[in-house]
Amino acid sequence: MKTIPTILLAALLSGAAIAQDAAPPVAPPAEGQGIDVTVSDDSDWQDLGIAIPAFATNADVATQTSAGSTGQLGLALAQVITGDLKNNGLFKPTGPERLPRPELGQIQAPDYPTWAGRRADMLVQGFVRAESSGQVTVGCYLYDVALNQQLGKAGWTVPPGEWRRAAHKCADMVYARLSGENPFFDSRIAYIAETGPKDHRIKRLAIMDSDGANHRYLTTGQATALTPRYSPDYKSILYLSYYNGQPRIYIYDLESNTQRLLLKASNPLFAPRWSPDGKWVLYSMAIAGNTDIYKMPSAGGAAIKLTTSPGIDIGGSFSPDGSRIVFESDRSGSQQVYVMNADGTKQRRISFFGGRSATPEWSPRGDQIAFTHIAGNLRIAVMDPSGGSLRYLTDAWQDEAPTWAPNGRIIQFFRTARGSGKTGVWQVDLTGRNERKLDTPVDGSDPAWGPLRP
Amino acid sequence: MRPNRSLATIAMLSAGTLVLAACSSKPPKQLPPDPGGAVSTNTSQGTMQQGIVPGSQADFAQQMMGQDTIYFDTDKYNIDAADEMALQAQAAWLARYPNKRATIEGHCDERGTREYNLALGERRANASKNYLASLGIDPARLTTVSYGKERPIALGSDEASWAKNRRAVTVTID
Repeated sequence: MKTIPTILLAALLSGAAIAQDAAPPVAPPAEGQGIDVTVSDDSDWQDLGIAIPAFATNADVATQTSAGSTGQLGLALAQVITGDLKNNGLFKPTGPERLPRPELGQIQAPDYPTWAGRRADMLVQGFVRAESSGQVTVGCYLYDVALNQQLGKAGWTVPPGEWRRAAHKCADMVYARLSGENPFFDSRIAYIAETGPKDHRIKRLAIMDSDGANHRYLTTGQATALTPRYSPDYKSILYLSYYNGQPRIYIYDLESNTQRLLLKASNPLFAPRWSPDGKWVLYSMAIAGNTDIYKMPSAGGAAIKLTTSPGIDIGGSFSPDGSRIVFESDRSGSQQVYVMNADGTKQRRISFFGGRSATPEWSPRGDQIAFTHIAGNLRIAVMDPSGGSLRYLTDAWQDEAPTWAPNGRIIQFFRTARGSGKTGVWQVDLTGRNERKLDTPVDGSDPAWGPLRP
Repeated sequence: MRPNRSLATIAMLSAGTLVLAACSSKPPKQLPPDPGGAVSTNTSQGTMQQGIVPGSQADFAQQMMGQDTIYFDTDKYNIDAADEMALQAQAAWLARYPNKRATIEGHCDERGTREYNLALGERRANASKNYLASLGIDPARLTTVSYGKERPIALGSDEASWAKNRRAVTVTID
C-alpha cells in the first residue's frame, strides 16, 4: 500500500460530472498579478481582513472523514484554514461561524457587494465533494473583494483520512499568494512528549501536524528519547535513545513502524541531523570525553570525521544548499557557533556576542541562523550566516533548541519553567511579536519542524 | 488519529512482541519496543541497614558516605582537591574488591542546552574515570554514561540545587 498519501492536483476537476463546480484549477498564478500589497513590510499585508465562509457542496452526503458529511466537512475545512492563519498571527481572518455560507454557484462567482459590506478585503471560498472512491475533492479559491478579482485557485483530491491536508494546502495557497512568502502549513512536527516528575521525566518520541492535529506517540517512554529530526522525505525520523544507559542514534521508519540502530559504536552518540538532500547524516560521538562531529551516508558506509578539536564539537545544521554546516564548539572555552564547509574545512567562529551561543539551525531560506543565546537566561535569537545582526526573538527564563518552519518565517523551540522543570513547545515569528504555546497533549520539548510535505 | 486513542493503545501495550502495521497510513496496533531500558541512577547512599554484603553496591554507598559523588563548577570538568579525596576513597574500595566493576554517571545542571549537556556530562564522567585510572584502577573496569541535564537529583531552580546536580556519581555493579 502506498504510504505517502496521494494528493492529486485536481486536473481531475475538469471532468464533465463536475462541470458546474469549477474550472480546472491551474498552476500557481503569475507573479505580481493583481495584488497591491507590499510583502517586504509585514505590517501591510498582516492587516488584510480575510473572510473564510464554510465551503459549499454539491450534495450533503456522508463521507469517511472524521469531520462527517460533506456539509460538515465544508465547515471544518474553513475552520482549519481560519485556525492556520489566526494561530500564526497572519492576516485578520474571520471564520465560518460568523459568516453566511455561500451557495455552490457562488463559489466561482462571489457576491462581492455582500463581502465588501462585511468589510472583507479578501475572500476565501471553496467547495467539497465526495467521490465514489471514498476520496474527497476540495476546491479552494481566493478573491480580492475590492478588485472583484480572483487571485488564485487550487484543488485536491485526498483520501478521507487526509482531509486536513487539503485545508492546509488551501491556507498555504492563500498565505503564499498574499504574502509572497513560501508555504508552510502542510508540514509536520516531530518532538519529545514529556511526563512525570522533574527527576524522572519520561520522554517519548511523538509527531503531529503543523497545527497539532493527528498527534501520535511513536515510542513508549521505556527508554528516554531525545532530539528527533524528520527526514526530508518524511519517511523516517532520526533521534537519540538510551540503550543500556548509553545514548545511541536510531532511525524510526514511519512506513514500517520499526526502528533501527543507525550505527554500532561503543561510544556515546549524540545530535543526529540530516543533510537537506537526505543523503548524509551528521552525528556527534564522544571518545574519552572528547566529542567530535562526523558525517556518514544515510544509506550506510564509512563515516568521515569533520572536527578534531579537543573540546566538545556537537550538533550541526546544513545550509540549504548543503555546502556548509553551522555547529557549536567549546574549543574557545565556552559554547560558541562555528561554520565550516561540508567537508570539514574552513572552520571559523561566527558568534561574538558575549555569553554562550548554542544549538544553531540554518534557515531553509539560507539568510539566517537561529540559535540559543545563554547569558544567565536562555533565549532564542537569530543572526546572519556571518555572525552579524543579532536579534533576540524571545525573553523568558529558559528557551532553547530552535527549529525553522519550512519557509523560514517562524521558529519553534521549547521553553522550560523555572522550578517545576515543565516543558512546552512554543513558536515565534521573525518579528518576535507573535509568540504562542502549541497545544500538545502533555509537555513537549525538542520540536523539529519538517519540510513542506511532498 | 486521536491522541486518546494512542494513549489507550499504549496503556494496553505489553512489553515484547513487535507487530508491524500493514498499512502505514494507520497507527501501529502496537508500538515497537523501545531500545533498551533506562539505567537506574539510584545510589541509595547513607542508609545503614542490616545485612549489607561487603563488596556490594550497598556497601560501597555506605562506605563512601557521600564520596561516591564528586561535584563540578559551572561548565567545568576539572577534578579539584575535594574531588581527589573522594576519588581516592572510591579507588581504595575498588582496589579492595578487584573483581567489581563500576559505572560513572555524568550529570549537568539545567542551565545549559540539552545536547551540549549530554557531551559535558560525558566529559565529567571521563574526568572521574581518568583520575581513578591514575590511581591504579584498571579503566576496563570502569564505564561512563552521561545523562546531561535529564536526571537532576536536586529539584530546585537555584544555585544550591544546580551545584548538587553538576556531578559524577560512581555506581558499582553488583
